[in-house]
Amino acid sequence: MARIFAYVPHAGGVADEAAAELLTAAAKIDAGAAPVAILTGSGPELDQAAESLKPLYSEIWKVSAEALAQPNAEVVRKALIEVIPAGSIVLVPHSHFGWDLSPGLSIKLNAAYLPDVLDIVAVGGGSLTAVRTEFGGQISVHVRCDISTGVVINTRPGAFAAAAPSASGAVVDKPITSDLTSGRRYLQTIEAEGGDVDITKQNVLVSIGRGIQEADNIEIAQELADALGCAVSCSRPVVDAKWLDKSRQIGSSGKTVKPKVYLALGISGSFQHLAGLKGNPFIIAVNKNSKAPIFRVAQVGIVDDILEFMPALTERVRQQGSMAQGAGR
Amino acid sequence: MGEGLPPLAQTAYWSIPGTWVFLAAHITGLLCFAFIAYKRLTPLLGAAADIRFDRPLERIGRLAKYWLAQWKHPRYLGTGVLHIFLFAGFLILITRAFVMFFLGFAGPVHVNGMLANAYIYLTNYAATIVVGCVAIFIFRRLVMLPARYAVPPDRGKPDTAMAVFLISQIGTLMVADSCFEAAHLAAPLAPFSLPWMIQNALRGSSQATLVGVYQWTYLLYVVTFYVLLNFRPFGMEFHVITSVFSVYFGRLDKGTVKPVRYGVDEAQLEQLSSLGVKKITDFTWKHILDFYSCADCGRCSDNCPAVAAGRALSPRFITTKGRDYVFHSHPVIGAQNNGHALVGHVYSEDEIWGCTTCGACEEECPLLIEYIDKIVDLRRGLVDDGAVPQTLQKPLKALESRGNPYGKMEKKRADWTKAADFQSSCRVPTLTGAEPAETLYFVDSITSYDDRMQGVARSTARLLVRVNANFGILGAAEKDSGHEVRRFGEEYLYMALRDHNTEAIRRTGVRRIVTSDPHAYNALKNDYTGLPPVEHISETLAAQVRKGAVRFKPVEDREAVYVYHDPCYLGRHNGLYDAPRMVLDAIPGLKRVEMQRSRDRSFCCGGGGLMLFCEHKEEERVGVLRARMAAECGANTIVTACPYCMVNLEDAIKVAGLEGKMSVIDLAELADRQIARGSEGAENLEYSGGGVWKS
Amino acid sequence: MEILVCVKRVPDLSENELELNGSDIERDGLVYSVNEPDNYAVEEALRMVQDSGGHVTVATVGGSDDEEVLRREMAMGANTGVLLSDDAFEGSDGRGVATILKAYVQKNNFDLILTGVEADDGAAQVGGMLAAMLDYPFASLVTSIEQNGGKTIKISREIEGGAKELNEIDLPCVLSIQTGINEPRYVGMRGLKQVASREIPEYDAAALGVAGVGAAGAKVTRLDYFLPPAGAGAEMLGGDRDENIARVIELLKAKGGVS
Repeated sequence: MARIFAYVPHAGGVADEAAAELLTAAAKIDAGAAPVAILTGSGPELDQAAESLKPLYSEIWKVSAEALAQPNAEVVRKALIEVIPAGSIVLVPHSHFGWDLSPGLSIKLNAAYLPDVLDIVAVGGGSLTAVRTEFGGQISVHVRCDISTGVVINTRPGAFAAAAPSASGAVVDKPITSDLTSGRRYLQTIEAEGGDVDITKQNVLVSIGRGIQEADNIEIAQELADALGCAVSCSRPVVDAKWLDKSRQIGSSGKTVKPKVYLALGISGSFQHLAGLKGNPFIIAVNKNSKAPIFRVAQVGIVDDILEFMPALTERVRQQGSMAQGAGR
Repeated sequence: MGEGLPPLAQTAYWSIPGTWVFLAAHITGLLCFAFIAYKRLTPLLGAAADIRFDRPLERIGRLAKYWLAQWKHPRYLGTGVLHIFLFAGFLILITRAFVMFFLGFAGPVHVNGMLANAYIYLTNYAATIVVGCVAIFIFRRLVMLPARYAVPPDRGKPDTAMAVFLISQIGTLMVADSCFEAAHLAAPLAPFSLPWMIQNALRGSSQATLVGVYQWTYLLYVVTFYVLLNFRPFGMEFHVITSVFSVYFGRLDKGTVKPVRYGVDEAQLEQLSSLGVKKITDFTWKHILDFYSCADCGRCSDNCPAVAAGRALSPRFITTKGRDYVFHSHPVIGAQNNGHALVGHVYSEDEIWGCTTCGACEEECPLLIEYIDKIVDLRRGLVDDGAVPQTLQKPLKALESRGNPYGKMEKKRADWTKAADFQSSCRVPTLTGAEPAETLYFVDSITSYDDRMQGVARSTARLLVRVNANFGILGAAEKDSGHEVRRFGEEYLYMALRDHNTEAIRRTGVRRIVTSDPHAYNALKNDYTGLPPVEHISETLAAQVRKGAVRFKPVEDREAVYVYHDPCYLGRHNGLYDAPRMVLDAIPGLKRVEMQRSRDRSFCCGGGGLMLFCEHKEEERVGVLRARMAAECGANTIVTACPYCMVNLEDAIKVAGLEGKMSVIDLAELADRQIARGSEGAENLEYSGGGVWKS
Repeated sequence: MEILVCVKRVPDLSENELELNGSDIERDGLVYSVNEPDNYAVEEALRMVQDSGGHVTVATVGGSDDEEVLRREMAMGANTGVLLSDDAFEGSDGRGVATILKAYVQKNNFDLILTGVEADDGAAQVGGMLAAMLDYPFASLVTSIEQNGGKTIKISREIEGGAKELNEIDLPCVLSIQTGINEPRYVGMRGLKQVASREIPEYDAAALGVAGVGAAGAKVTRLDYFLPPAGAGAEMLGGDRDENIARVIELLKAKGGVS
């Protein structure tokens, strides 16, 4: 079996938490493999991130160059093709950086490319079978991939369980000799505008509909969202009533969101509203009306009064301590 | 004529003979006016074609009703009656002006007899009333400042100064005439009229004073007349001249919208380089004439739901901004400048998409100014340029590929017939033409696919069964009627939907179409051609009630107070006000009240069809305003006869916090609930009309 | 600027309720349209040439059915539509499609190549592969483009947490365009009719000089479609409020990354 590499992005000296997920994916490909983590960058932040992977990976390749200090997939790719041997299996988190890096990397390594992989179900005979989704997450698909000349696999963040730390690895410096200048130059990063929350970037949404009944009750939903560390979104009537800003509205005339869990509270579930829900979220619906259409699309349904249910849930979440990290990274 | 006053022709001004002075005044005044009128006519001559010279008898009749008899004016009682007096005064005094002009060139004129006296009395009183009206108008405009005259800074300049100036000129004209007459001390003037009062005041004046008053007020009269005439084409006073044309050329048919381009048939549309209105002369000449004719009375906006909700649109400013831009782009002095795109420069996109096409503005306008056609033409221009709001693009694309705005599968269009408890009791066949049927139930998209409205479809079907209609539906072969598609300016898509439906309907061989959706009703009845007669279910029911063929069970809930909300496309656009009320009044024990805004003054629910996909910046939802109106009149159940009214009002009730206090029911659902089947309700009840049942 | 936009015809998700038919999706009655992000890419290209002159070419790899998406983009305003079509192209994976596009690009002189950010398969791969094959710089998830008339452009790309990253990039380059970069114009039926008879040049494998693509050359092959777990009606929790809440908390942890 070819060698397995895990490319681990990092920021501010902290390795991407997908590092532990890549390890699980590697084990699914080859249980006996000792995957090598690769980090690119420069300076103490790189050192710190590389050190932090020692409990996970037995070998950590540290590729350091001034040109790698800024996030620029074009430059990183150049560095990676120099250090990764032909025929390798390269795992990359399917993040915004992974989108940028991997397609070109696969070409340069003359390897196959599997983007946005949710699971790896079979390996053998020079090929690998993985699970992906298509059609906006509506349908899953098994794909078989010829890995005889290597493969770059982008794994969906969160799809693979995080492996427990069980290694005591060593950091290996990998010098780069090739020219790292690129036709694409990083200029600067502009942070998200302050102010209101971006509901499209949330893993969990506390979403309210007309069941909230009046403006004063918005606070009840906000308290639940605060306890869960996520944001409040809503369906159209709530915006129409001016209880929440338009930027919080989900649906055909509002935002399209892709949370992991969608708490639909007092939302009847009109198709105009559901049109704004993408990526197959896990829908937990609470509604007084047992015939509300939302129960047809939800995975879990509860018939209850949200004005009583929400405070009770908030209370229990608080008792269990912080459940933060609901928001997207 | 007074003794001792010389004929005007023999008077002299600054030693110039009067005749010359008058002639000079007439020639100058008329030449100026001819020049200005020509300049104002220029944009009309360069504008798009319009067919308005047809059906002259009908047009003359409407001229008599709406112009001469001022039919719409009393809808606003105070100002309306005032205007009628002013208008009557104006008509009398315009004749008077010709007599006056004649006097300038005539020798001494002696008039006697009943007729002459009647004429003098009439003009005397007319002048008095007009001066009174002028005073009240000026007082209103300057002191009372009615809210509907206010002009926000972004919408142009208020017309107040111009209006007051011109109206005070009318006053000057009347006072000049009165003084002129009064100078003839011996003339028998109408008692207590203004001239009579001046005459009494002048008694005892010297001959020189009397001659002075006599000849100088005459000149003032002539000059003021021409000042007025030449200033009118610069503002709202233009309506005094143009309204007669606007009313004559007014739109004759209700319900439908104008073709894309008059004189260009559909097959030739493709050869046009541009569709709809993009620049000012893309409007038809009649529509530019409308701009001239607006008196800026504000009644359109006073009744407009978009204005009430605080949307960007206000119909009054569609017209006044249009007029200002015509004046600006076609100035009386200077070169034309006509290049600007209207949307973005004169109008905003929000304004154009904000109209629900409810027709309240057109219903109210005393001068029959058209708005919907203009809005639709402007939308056609936006659609042609691809400038369609993103939220509308998906439903339009879905209509193109699936025949409904929701993107639902065609084969599921008749799924409402498959509800378990319904299917077992009511068979709704799909008509293909193989089996002859008499009636087609045209369901349309929202009633076919929306969970809530499917109930209306089932009620309608059960009612059709109850009245023994041999009916069926088109099923998957039915596509959206395209009613809103057309009113949103996507004429090509509308044509495709219409052609598809027309063919599908004709194939069935039915002799009658029934629908429960007023939008579909209006489309099939007024937009489509070559179809069998179209009925709304309320008409079907009313006919049965009239025949005594159906009876209703008494209402059980004694607390319920019903109010009927007139859907725009049933009421205003098609005049169907009585049939639904007749059905309601045929239900024994049904308590019904009316909203203040009902029938042709009904207030829109917020807009149907594609309007549901629009995002509007508004202070209050239109439907919420309507739900509150229903609450104010003491009702707790709104009956409507349109699925879109139902959607909007049900939402509005929740938003307005009226849940549990107010509910909405479709007329078909209510009739289905109350209709007597078999032996039910036959307890010796006899309908005697007018909502009264005898037992 | 000479701009190529690569587009794809895909099942329209807003108008289809996807169902399975064996190991494939039910194709009967599917409505197809232009991949939505591709519309944004075409709109962006049209705005760029409106500002600085040039031409917009749209190309797709496919069969005669795919002409419809080219026509739709031409109705939007693209100057030329090009169909890259050959039986030998069928079954190509992302790499194969990129190879075909590369051959077409090399026969022309484009300053800029745009793709939509991703298509129906959610792979987001062709743009990056094409760039690597051509040795052009590449950037994905582009949310704005600024021209300065020279040989570089300034772009911003979306990164995590709603932040943006500004880059300068040399021309020619390949960019994948994120939705929301602009508001694509509406294409009505009239627009479609007007381009209905415009000729669409076709290039086959021989004309392009490509080999090794299609099913035989594909490294990645679909085996079967299947429905993701869950769906078809909610599991109704019938317990008392406390039990229900406990279960909800459990689910939040399991499904939502809430720790």
